[in-house]
Amino acid sequence: MKQTMHALACGTALLLASLGASAELPKQRPTMEEMWQIIQQQQAEIEALKKQQKTTDQKAVTADRKAEAAVVAVEESATTTGHGSLLSDKTSIGGYGEMHYNNLDSKKEIDFHRFVLFFGHEFTDKLRMYSELELEHAVSGDSENGEVELEQGYIEYDLNQNHQVKGGLFLLPVGILNETHEPPTFYGVERNPVETNIIPTTWRAGGGAANGEIAPGWSYDIAIHEGLKTSADDSYKVRDGRQENSEADANDLAGTGRLKWTGIPGVEVAATVQYQSDITQGESNAGHAWLYEAHTDIQHGPFGLRALYARWNLDGGGPKAIGADVQEGFYVEPSYRFNAKFGIFARYNQWDNAAGDSTDSKMKQYDAGINYWPYPDVVLKADLQQQDNDGKKKNDNGFNLGIGFQY
Amino acid sequence: MSAKYLPLLTTLLLVLTCACSLAQARGTYQTPEDFLADVFSGTPPKPETLWLQGDIKKQVTGILGHPYQALRIRYWGKDRRTAWILEEIGKEQPITTGIVVNNGKLEIVRVLIFRESRGAEIRHPFFTDQFKDAGLTGEQQLDRHIDGISGATLSVRALKKLARLALYLHSRTAYADDTP
Repeated sequence: MKQTMHALACGTALLLASLGASAELPKQRPTMEEMWQIIQQQQAEIEALKKQQKTTDQKAVTADRKAEAAVVAVEESATTTGHGSLLSDKTSIGGYGEMHYNNLDSKKEIDFHRFVLFFGHEFTDKLRMYSELELEHAVSGDSENGEVELEQGYIEYDLNQNHQVKGGLFLLPVGILNETHEPPTFYGVERNPVETNIIPTTWRAGGGAANGEIAPGWSYDIAIHEGLKTSADDSYKVRDGRQENSEADANDLAGTGRLKWTGIPGVEVAATVQYQSDITQGESNAGHAWLYEAHTDIQHGPFGLRALYARWNLDGGGPKAIGADVQEGFYVEPSYRFNAKFGIFARYNQWDNAAGDSTDSKMKQYDAGINYWPYPDVVLKADLQQQDNDGKKKNDNGFNLGIGFQY
Repeated sequence: MSAKYLPLLTTLLLVLTCACSLAQARGTYQTPEDFLADVFSGTPPKPETLWLQGDIKKQVTGILGHPYQALRIRYWGKDRRTAWILEEIGKEQPITTGIVVNNGKLEIVRVLIFRESRGAEIRHPFFTDQFKDAGLTGEQQLDRHIDGISGATLSVRALKKLARLALYLHSRTAYADDTP
């Protein structure tokens, strides 16, 4: 028993000793050769990862460039929208229109008075074409009330950044409404009678012109163009002398010059002079004619004021005999703009196409009304009209309503 | 041609001669690069990008009355100032404008490139100075009245829209942050 126990104790001690001895023995380290191989392996893996990273980076850069190109392509292909519409990046269209309801002593009428289309094209940065085609009174044709007219059609060239020239059919630089008469830009359903009968608006002519800026706020226009061709049959009224560039008689051309100042925001002051050597293009009893026109157009805050004076002096025994040697008129139009949508106005107009003699021929008209702009380019108008004419001319009183737009 | 037109023709020729002697490209009053150098004392910062999406796109469309013709707008910012090169059509052609907003107010509004044949008066300081220190109301309108220029209504309208746009876009950048 004792021996057995002794043997068991020795065996256990030996076992324990062997276990302790194996814990203390160092692990087997790789050889130098093995370590070199491990390092090389790891280096190869690192190189492979680097390559992969580089490829990923390149893909990212390429993807970025493609995305940028796609964004640029989308932006460049987008159609421009703004006030005008571009059919392409070189051609634009626009226009305006107005329909009137006139409830006057002289007529009760609904009329689509004007529908106008603009087309413009930029040949180069400096050379462009501009045109306006107009349909008046909705239907044109034999025994119809309307007419289709070319209101403008000209080529314009920029000499430099301040001066340009044009040739073709264009609106003459005179008055307030003659060049700017889109419905949302003026008060009153109808264009004022002074500019209509004396300027005479809308007055367009074929010829050549130069215009530009001579100093900040100072601009000029000069033009040589077809003249008026009025006659004794028309009582030498200047409005009836517009030839509208339709096989216009060019025996006697006219020259027009304007100086304009817009040096204070909201203020325009301008003066125009025109000369024509024979306002009848050949009738024996008439001769040269001068037009003098001056105006101011002020919009300061909510207050507006337009005032214009125009006068024709016609030479010759024919005009003088009927008092048409002087044709003149003026108007004053204060206005108040409550906000972007509502404005009111009043206007006093006085004109006379036979002011050269003592016959009572003066026309006077009072207007008052309101414009409502539901959108800046759309306007609804209403006004009252009252006349107080001299002599035998009947007064034409009543009210007018209008819808107008531009685009 | 009759001699009676001689004075007018002579005047016309004189004007054309004087005008032709100035050989600048029409309508480019300052390039965008020069504008940025000008407003950042010669060293403009790197451009950043504001993407027109979500609410920003909606607000921009509301201000202009139509979507802006780009998916993103670049701007240059430093401290509380941002500079923008923006375009809007007047009557037919885009007007390129440089605008600087500082602390939520307009500091500079400058017409850089004007391509229309009428209305170029808007480039003059007597007109653009009206925008100085203008801000935006809660309805995204300018907080002051801007008097227009007769015969340049559409150009004036375009510039006012761009001024409002720059103020709004500035408010959506980190440079509008009021925290010190």
